Amino acid sequence: ICDFLCIKNTRGLRSQLKDSVPVTGLGTQIGAYGVQDTLRSGFSSVKNELLPSHALELSEKNFQLNQDKMNFSTLRNIQGLHAPLKLQMEYRAARQIQRLPFLQSSHLALDTLKGNDESISFEDILNDPAQSEMMGEPHIMVEYKLGLM
Amino acid sequence: MATLSVCQQPIGGFSFEYCKRNAVLEFECNKLGHSIPAARKTGTTICGVVFKDGIVLGADTRATEGMIVADKNCSKIHYISPNIYCCGAGTAADTEMTTQIISSNLELHSLSTGRLPRVATANRMLKQMLFRYQGHIGAALVLGGVDCNGPHLYSIYPHGSTDKLPYVTMGSGSLAAMAVFEDRYEQNMEEEDAKRLVRDAIAAGIFNDLGSGSNIDLCVITKGKVDYLRPHDMANKKGVRTGDYKYKRGTTGVLAKAVTKLDLEVVEETVQTMDTS
Repeated sequence: ICDFLCIKNTRGLRSQLKDSVPVTGLGTQIGAYGVQDTLRSGFSSVKNELLPSHALELSEKNFQLNQDKMNFSTLRNIQGLHAPLKLQMEYRAARQIQRLPFLQSSHLALDTLKGNDESISFEDILNDPAQSEMMGEPHIMVEYKLGLM
Repeated sequence: MATLSVCQQPIGGFSFEYCKRNAVLEFECNKLGHSIPAARKTGTTICGVVFKDGIVLGADTRATEGMIVADKNCSKIHYISPNIYCCGAGTAADTEMTTQIISSNLELHSLSTGRLPRVATANRMLKQMLFRYQGHIGAALVLGGVDCNGPHLYSIYPHGSTDKLPYVTMGSGSLAAMAVFEDRYEQNMEEEDAKRLVRDAIAAGIFNDLGSGSNIDLCVITKGKVDYLRPHDMANKKGVRTGDYKYKRGTTGVLAKAVTKLDLEVVEETVQTMDTS
């Protein structure tokens, strides 16, 4: 189900960060028959997939994931397994209350649980999704979400 | 957006889509011999000192864009909270946005705790944010304020390291200002002595460093009171012209004079109120 349930070496924070950044962060989407999906993600190029275009690209993409992993690990070490399990159950429940994928949902419950309602960062100022000029194609996004693609 | 059929929701924050394109454009530009326009920096002298009752922060007021002075009177001492102010050196946009974000976060935090925010909180928030972006946000800050534990002064570097010291200087003129501090700093100074010391340190930066200039701004923070002195000292006033190229009346002789009156009648008069809210 998730990485926290496997037996971890609890020697310190360094061991918890061992598997943080997935190497496939830049990969393109794999379509049918294991080949790159040209229709949806454009032409492929080895240079685009191997190197990030900016030093911070990978670390920013995974920042929230890494923070959550670290916090859950320390919470597990301090309070036991039940604490992160309960929290993750609540997150999962809050994540299910959403509109269809191409519409903007407020994520109010999820933000309150995570504490994002009391902080402002670049995610709220730059490239606000509510102000984006392009809308996703509704049929394709719903098919992707339901796994029918 | 590269393609119209995007499968995932767009997320906010920094977008690295055009980095590769920008790198190619810069390469092409350099091949032709031009250079891309430089970001506006505040090549600066900023400093702060702890005195008996509080903190004195000082800054010059010049903003540069490469070799040109972009702003002769910019304000480098930013508001963080009623008892905490922050001077910023480095890329002007970065210092401005960083201090505004931290000010908002600190306000939300103090509303949530119900207490006056502490300088150490602002320091930690700044340090964690700057480290997250690994120095790409070019903001070197001098953070000072008075909270329930007394006066505190921190210096924060663009990569996220901080120092807690009784006197700090940052920016391109920091060496000149630090020389003045090292010579004349004493513990538990009076307010007037501290103001004079900071003024002299910034003046040393202004006169000995090309990246700093114009006026000297001071901010004196004590328990319950903040004095934002802008400008405290106009060290570099622009000169007044002593000569005039306009000709006096009567230089050219008048031969004849004819006056024709133009008859204008008022056709319509309307008043349109401007929305000044």
